Amino acid sequence: MTRICVAGAGTIGSLLAAHLARVADVAVLTRREEHASALNERGLTVTGRAEFTAAVTASSDPASLPEPELVIVACKGSDLDALVGRLEGHYAAATLMTVQNGLGAEEVAGAHGAWPLLSAVTFMSGTRRGDAEVEYVLDTETWIGPYRHTTPEDAHRVADLIASSGLKAAAFDDLRPAQWSKLIFNATVNAVAALTGLAHDFHFAETARPSDLGLLVRGLMDEGKAVAAAAGVELWEDPWEMNVLATLRGHRHSPSMLEDVKAHRPTEIELITGSLVREASARDIPVPLHTALYALVKAKEASYS
Amino acid sequence: MRICIVGCGAVGSLFAANLAQLDDVEVWAYDASREHVDAINASGLRLSGAGEVVGRLRATTDAAELPQCDFGIVATKAMHTEPAIRATAHAFAAGCVATVQNGIGNEEVLAAHVERVIRGTTFPAGKILEPGHVQWDVKGDTTLGPYTDATPFAEVERLADACTRGGMPTHAVADARGPQWRKVIFNSATNPIGALTGLTHGRVCERPDLRALVSGLVTEGKGVAAAQGIVLDSDPEELIDHAAKREVAYGHKASMLQDVEARRTTEIDYLNGGIVRFGREHGVPTPLNEAIWALVKGVEQSWQQ
Repeated sequence: MTRICVAGAGTIGSLLAAHLARVADVAVLTRREEHASALNERGLTVTGRAEFTAAVTASSDPASLPEPELVIVACKGSDLDALVGRLEGHYAAATLMTVQNGLGAEEVAGAHGAWPLLSAVTFMSGTRRGDAEVEYVLDTETWIGPYRHTTPEDAHRVADLIASSGLKAAAFDDLRPAQWSKLIFNATVNAVAALTGLAHDFHFAETARPSDLGLLVRGLMDEGKAVAAAAGVELWEDPWEMNVLATLRGHRHSPSMLEDVKAHRPTEIELITGSLVREASARDIPVPLHTALYALVKAKEASYS
Repeated sequence: MRICIVGCGAVGSLFAANLAQLDDVEVWAYDASREHVDAINASGLRLSGAGEVVGRLRATTDAAELPQCDFGIVATKAMHTEPAIRATAHAFAAGCVATVQNGIGNEEVLAAHVERVIRGTTFPAGKILEPGHVQWDVKGDTTLGPYTDATPFAEVERLADACTRGGMPTHAVADARGPQWRKVIFNSATNPIGALTGLTHGRVCERPDLRALVSGLVTEGKGVAAAQGIVLDSDPEELIDHAAKREVAYGHKASMLQDVEARRTTEIDYLNGGIVRFGREHGVPTPLNEAIWALVKGVEQSWQQ
């Protein structure tokens, strides 16, 4: 696998594109032409956990990029439909991999073409410092599994390629247990952070007093676990333990939904909490706490105008 | 008759200035703000808006200056009740002390320092414009009732009569818990939702998913009231829908939203926190009120990050 297209060059897309460009030919599909020009002229610079600049070929027009073997669709969930829509009729020989938060990205992407699909979730994080620079902050793993017309071996090949580029990756025969663990973790931590303004820190694991936030966090995760159980998914990791471990490490991670709310941008609430609430409703599992936070975050978005 | 207002903020000032109109009542005010106290002593306490009143009274920041009083009216923010009554209790050794504060639990705090406590709920509202000058926004009724058998009902009637004659219509009732819980349930179901989302009361109510959350909070509050044998004097749901009308309070920013915008500690512990506490004592689950309590506490904690 030597020709890769990264579609969507936000934080995650930029981190993947720059690292992969060290082991493969990487094309970047951008939304804006200025963004593509900046990447073609200056390359893509990584700072933080790694320091290097990689050469990439970028364009806002898929037809002008080389035919890839693998397309990594790395945009935010709210941009997914429009971005994959632009790929319709292109790259017939490629495999498509989604890395969006929440559930259902594979279905949205798959509706635009017959590409074989891999699904992925990523825990790494960073901060964009302009069109041609990205800071690599959390060097956590990206997990990959087969989804449509793909095999565990396909997932392993992509995970090996990503790992050889300097990022952390692992392949799963079935991604759903990991995807659901992350979904429950994300739905809880993102919504609570967006509503309170708290970065993900020790407050999220405090349970001693009746008003402690950890009690709400645990209640939200228990609801999520009940939905996973009803969906027949045996979780890869317990989301409450993921939360306690992450906060014990002592750093304060600012979840993307908190950043979105602070900047008055639309959030990924529909894809994350929304997909959990819809899965619950389809299975008649009551999720009153997630339902409450879903309504509150959507209302907070509405307050921008 | 001598009455001391403890906490001469907006609501305390409405009582102080109106009661000072009566020839048979001597009014004192105890407040922490030196500027406000000095202005009142220099040129009286002025109300504008719903009524134009100037009251002549004695104000002090020094509780030791207070003479023996027949009545106290405590109108501090709920979190300041304890230090305020601890400082002033000596002035009420032979008198009765009424609370007209928000929330539940203030009576217990008062009863730890004075023997005869009057439970109260008041609807008039205003805001301080400048030291010695208060905007009277809304007129409304006050209800007073004895907290325990130690408080003679004749004394409750005597205070209610004085308030009414002064221009603050007040009812003396045997059990004032009905109006108190109606107001607490109203405030707990609407104030924090405005504070968490940034929306005005009307905009909260026109979003069906958010209005459903408001109803969920009301239902829990009603359950806790019913478990204590409290009969609400009217349905908080009707009050909420009435306030949402364009000509009533559609554009009103809840006081808790104003607190959060100004990064002031909120009264959440005495609103949703009070409902949770009484719910636990009476075996009534209040998961939504617990969630909202934790979220608003989280907002307050985020200011320390």
